[in-house]
Amino acid sequence: MMIFLDNLINGLSLGSIYAIIALGYTMVYGIAKMLNFAHGDIIMVGAYIAFCGLQYWNLPPVVAMLMAMVVCTLLGITIEGLAYRPLRQATSLAVLITAIGMSYLLQNLALMIWGANPKSFPGTFINSFTLHLGRLTISSATLITILANVVIMIALTLFTSRTKIGKAMRCVSEDRGAAQLMGINVNRTISITFAIGSALAAVAGVLLCSSYPILQPTTGSMPGIKAFTAAVFGGIGSIPGAMLGGILLGVIEIFGKAYISTALGDAIVFAVLIIVLLVKPTGLLGKPVREKV
Amino acid sequence: MTKAKKKHLIYNLVIFALVIGAYVLLQNMIAAKTITRSLKGQLIPICAWIIMAVSLNLVIGFSGELSLGHAGFMSVGAYTGAVISGWLLNAFAMENTGLRLAIAILAAGLIAGIIGLLIGIPVLRLRGDYLAIVTLAFGEIIRNLVNVLYIGTANGKLYFSFLSKDLPADVTILVDGAKGAVKIKPISTFTAGFILVMITLIVVLNLVNSRTGRAIQATRDNRIAAESMGISVTRHKMIAFVTGAVLAGMAGALYGLNASTVIPTQFTFNQSINVLVFVVLGGLGNVLGSIISATFLTILPELLREFADYRMLVYAVVLILVMIFTNNPVIRSVFMRMFSPVRRLFRGRESQQGGEAA
Repeated sequence: MMIFLDNLINGLSLGSIYAIIALGYTMVYGIAKMLNFAHGDIIMVGAYIAFCGLQYWNLPPVVAMLMAMVVCTLLGITIEGLAYRPLRQATSLAVLITAIGMSYLLQNLALMIWGANPKSFPGTFINSFTLHLGRLTISSATLITILANVVIMIALTLFTSRTKIGKAMRCVSEDRGAAQLMGINVNRTISITFAIGSALAAVAGVLLCSSYPILQPTTGSMPGIKAFTAAVFGGIGSIPGAMLGGILLGVIEIFGKAYISTALGDAIVFAVLIIVLLVKPTGLLGKPVREKV
Repeated sequence: MTKAKKKHLIYNLVIFALVIGAYVLLQNMIAAKTITRSLKGQLIPICAWIIMAVSLNLVIGFSGELSLGHAGFMSVGAYTGAVISGWLLNAFAMENTGLRLAIAILAAGLIAGIIGLLIGIPVLRLRGDYLAIVTLAFGEIIRNLVNVLYIGTANGKLYFSFLSKDLPADVTILVDGAKGAVKIKPISTFTAGFILVMITLIVVLNLVNSRTGRAIQATRDNRIAAESMGISVTRHKMIAFVTGAVLAGMAGALYGLNASTVIPTQFTFNQSINVLVFVVLGGLGNVLGSIISATFLTILPELLREFADYRMLVYAVVLILVMIFTNNPVIRSVFMRMFSPVRRLFRGRESQQGGEAA
């Protein structure tokens, strides 16, 4: 029973990280209708920036995290403006390839700046205490990750439903043309979406490296792909869907590794994804789209 | 012969002529020893990547389904090829490398085709990005499964074991889990690669210009309209998908039997993406474009060797710039105006190059 609870908590923690990354994917997809494959690499950049702040400049953890968020936000806006905006009218495949190119570019820039050797992320960042509940121990990293996830979810839900910019984002995702006719600045809205997604990616990067402290230029790619599947799992374009998909995916992964086979953990995750999509082709919380002839 | 048919014929003949010409030229260069060593070593991989690109183009360019798991089929092919080749050597002491290679490639195509069929049945019900993610998932599952697969051969029998290395002691190990397919005797030849490329081209070009091929393209252009004309969408998408899988499996066997080991990490998601890049840069639905871009992009990292540290960086920047320059309407119209005299010369060919997927 203790092992079960332990796994469940680990799963929730990993799932929270996936969920935060998946939010970035799903928001960008919902609004710009593109798969931003470079998203995983923004996670990596965020983690490296926080690493530099902690290791080299001895900044307090919160400042390092904020710095990572600021850098990633600027990076996200720059990438969107330089590479994706010129392709707004292009086919989705062209944008996809550009995003892949961007992902290679970020990975190789990181390789040049920080080298290929894996860096060990400073463990003191959020691992300051452990909580003992009977025989159950929960590390602070796990707690903070889950807590951050809840806070982000509530904040984002409020943001998209209450603020003017949030409403503009929902309009653009519903019908870009109509939104433009209503006087919404589509380009600015998309930029803001990228900014929020990238800032979340930075948070996810720091949390990811606090729990799994190996940092290298490819650190972001596998969590990126998993989070992308999480977004699809929950129904791409839907914010609660990304949350649910991310958490379920994390729990399934940890349970699969613990009870079925360590080597087959990823295969189990992807198999569950396929089964869900076959039963519900638009994901768990995705809206079915009617086709008009 | 109608005008359209004539155009197709000429276009196809040009492709065949170019490929045969390149083969003859390279064979002469090999005979005269004027070929550089690095290029010679890359001839078979280039053939394999051409087949991968053309077969993926069939799936993406002609049937309009974004598949991100093409490397999975290549991996299946590479493993099957290595196992069958090792088994033939053990069971029948088959020394004839040409025959062994042919059987291995056929078996690889068959197995990859069967897996393609099994994957296609559920997957092709989905559309667009969902289809992309599921093919991606299948590619990753295949990679995960071969990671814990152990195959050995002894006395003409094949022994399989899954998850743990549970094989009799006296077997020759063919597939060793995460170490991949080991101790392969490299038997691929450039001529075999060339023949396989020709077979691929004959299959794909004939399929595309046939009644079935037109039906496949109709399902891509407008699914509902095609369905209302009595075309079975699932069946035609399946034909394209499975043909692509068979060809990718064959390319995998060719590629795998060119090396002494094949490891699971060679066929990750990134490899699928590489092939996708070949296809998109070459032009969707443009077979000649796929051939050229697969060849060029396989050689490119070698050509950039002088920039050793920067070559992947340069590759990434080139990729982004090419996509922006060829897809941004403003930049494109500037280019079109610059090249309009040249374009007028080739106008006859323009309509040949297939449409873009919607």
